[in-house]
Amino acid sequence: MTSLTQPFLSVDALHKAFVLHGQGGMTLEVMRDLSLTLSPGECLVLAGPSGIGKSTLLKMLHGSYRVTGGTLRLHFEDGDLSLDTLPAHAWHTLRRDVIGYVSQFLRVVPRVPAVEVVIEPLLARGVDEAEARVRAEAMLARLNLPERLWSLPPGTFSGGEQQRVNIARGFIAEHPLLLLDEPTASLDAANREVVVQLIQEAKARGAALLGIFHDEDVRDRVADRLLPLSPHMGAALASTPANAEEIRS
Amino acid sequence: MTASDPTASGYNFAYLDEQTKRMIRRGLLKAVAIPGYQVPFGGREMPMPYGWGTGGMQLTASVLGQDDVLKVIDQGADDTTNAVSIRAFFERVAGVTTTTATGEADVIQTRHRIPEQPLRQGQLLIFQVPIPEPLRFIEPSEEETRLMHALEEYGVMHVKLYEDIARHGHIATTYAYPVKVDGRYVTDPSPIPKFDNPKLHMNEALMLFGAGREKRLYAIPPYTRVESLDFEDHPFEVQEWDDPCAICGARDTFLDEVITDDRGGRMFVCSDTDYCQSRTEEVA
Amino acid sequence: MKRPDLDRATLLEARGVSRLYGPGKGCEAIDIRLHRGEVLGIVGESGSGKSTLLRLLAGMERPDAGQVVYHSHEGELDLYAIGEARRRALLRMEWGLVHQNPRDGLRLGVSAGANIGERLMALGERHYGQLRAAGQDWMGRVELDPRRIDDAPKTFSGGMQQRLQIARTLVTRPNLVFMDEPTGGLDVSVQARLLDMLRTLVRELGLSVILVTHDLAVARLLAHRLMVMRRGQVVETGLTDQILDDPQHAYTQLLVSSVLTP
Repeated sequence: MTSLTQPFLSVDALHKAFVLHGQGGMTLEVMRDLSLTLSPGECLVLAGPSGIGKSTLLKMLHGSYRVTGGTLRLHFEDGDLSLDTLPAHAWHTLRRDVIGYVSQFLRVVPRVPAVEVVIEPLLARGVDEAEARVRAEAMLARLNLPERLWSLPPGTFSGGEQQRVNIARGFIAEHPLLLLDEPTASLDAANREVVVQLIQEAKARGAALLGIFHDEDVRDRVADRLLPLSPHMGAALASTPANAEEIRS
Repeated sequence: MTASDPTASGYNFAYLDEQTKRMIRRGLLKAVAIPGYQVPFGGREMPMPYGWGTGGMQLTASVLGQDDVLKVIDQGADDTTNAVSIRAFFERVAGVTTTTATGEADVIQTRHRIPEQPLRQGQLLIFQVPIPEPLRFIEPSEEETRLMHALEEYGVMHVKLYEDIARHGHIATTYAYPVKVDGRYVTDPSPIPKFDNPKLHMNEALMLFGAGREKRLYAIPPYTRVESLDFEDHPFEVQEWDDPCAICGARDTFLDEVITDDRGGRMFVCSDTDYCQSRTEEVA
Repeated sequence: MKRPDLDRATLLEARGVSRLYGPGKGCEAIDIRLHRGEVLGIVGESGSGKSTLLRLLAGMERPDAGQVVYHSHEGELDLYAIGEARRRALLRMEWGLVHQNPRDGLRLGVSAGANIGERLMALGERHYGQLRAAGQDWMGRVELDPRRIDDAPKTFSGGMQQRLQIARTLVTRPNLVFMDEPTGGLDVSVQARLLDMLRTLVRELGLSVILVTHDLAVARLLAHRLMVMRRGQVVETGLTDQILDDPQHAYTQLLVSSVLTP
């Protein structure tokens, strides 16, 4: 394990722009010159108004968005790994073993029961199915998802229930780097509490966490540091990525 | 074999002209060299319709010599219409001696049987073949079946046998049972009963197959390995009968069911009339 | 923590393959690299050349230029430099092809069990009992009633026929599977079931797949990586979510934005 004082993740001068070909090649700059470091066992919370580019940063760290400029590096005992230059196929293993992502919304696969959604990251690593199932069920129980729902596809679940399935799926594989995009958004107090515990346990085992939390109570309890994003944005960047999403879609 | 002294004036010896016979013999040499491989040949019109043995007759005509003794059988019998007609045909156009005795014949043309009496070295058995291609049932394209043979893609042959067992509980194919010749080519042995399949294996005689409509010929040379396709847990088996032949009492021959009256009476007798008769004479 | 090994062995490669039927028709100078255990989706509209590319990659059509290289256990094989015998043996033994129309990939005249058993028999399996056991096992895996093993595919619905075709293809556990619009032509409810089943099989068998589809939702669910084709050329490649969530090329942006989301 890397020494706790050494960062696990370094982001340097990160730049992201969307070019909208459908809008006459209009360029939307949504992030400029963002730098941060994140150490194992640390939870860094991104702060700033909605649409400032917090989710965009997480998506770049997860490989879902491409990097326009700057560098993203992971530091391992035996050397660095640049994420911004990684070939696409390298992400398969990286996402399986190193970088986990809990988004706000569950992408429902039709017909797949909740428990199968949760165990999938373990099965992908070759964990024995019976063992994976035990762990998944324990996780769902902990998140107070009624047992009768476990074998049902989450398509018909409420927003909160879907989110808990998603959280279980995100935390079960114990990735060394976890990206959390408002994991508590539609949860009640009891379940928020469970998520706070899960985050603290992840920190305790040395995971580095980068999160977005709108709930100030949760934020205050899990955050080691806050990173306000607005100073990184130039004055020219009046249009928000939220608008950008609308224009692009 | 010469062209002199044809018995029926106006015809060359054994009906076909010498060029055609040479062409067919060249095909036969190739067939012998590649056991089980189907060789195309330029089939000629024969004075009878397809389906009556035109392929077998062209082969017989091509290999027949003036001193040869010919036997013709149809489903084992020497006295059925097809056998009688073909025998008469060669008597007339080749003037050769004919016989019904298996042991005395040099050349035997057959439809759907192999004689019960073991053949010996030097004898020729010529089969009449309706459909020479064993893969045709599943693959209509000739181009594709030729490629399948070339590449030994024979999995589909077992699909057919599998389907037999799935439907009937056993391999229900009883005639034209596919064989593999010399460990290489899957071959249709013509519609002989599967009872005769074991006789193909290491036979001392040269076996030639001719398909007139399809214009294909192939061969199983003497002493060639011939295996009937099967499954480990459903091995190839031949037919058996509860009763012996009602005429000669043989228990090891292929029997035909004969209806004796219109009240359901029936009996089983050897399909090989010559064999049956010779046994009866021995006993008598 | 040590640096993870992110490299994956290459399984299939196209090096500048071209096959043009006319200007912009077919495909031109395509480079592809499929890694082991990867599902690569080839997406594009009809006429984009994706089906031609599939035929070139799957050994069914010789390219005008370029090479298709398969990294087999014995080393690299140039698909169109090896003989036809070898190529067909490869298709039969190590590869599999799932057609869009199950009737193209099934033998309709023989039972479901015979359909599943055919590839095993082609590989030399000669035990009826074992063929039958494999048939029943695979019918179960693709959620067909094993009691229908002796029924003809004609008596199955379209979705069932497609699952039967998948069982027939995967029974020999091929290293590489080509799928041509595997859910095309099926009802939406039937599609969902098939997609889920394919996902499970891909993971359980560790399949490497080249998937051709015009349906971006199918691509999102099945593919790890996407290649976008247009007028015979590759306009963009990347991780599936990169292509669908952050498309770079004008055409990809148009394609992604044209999808109806309910």
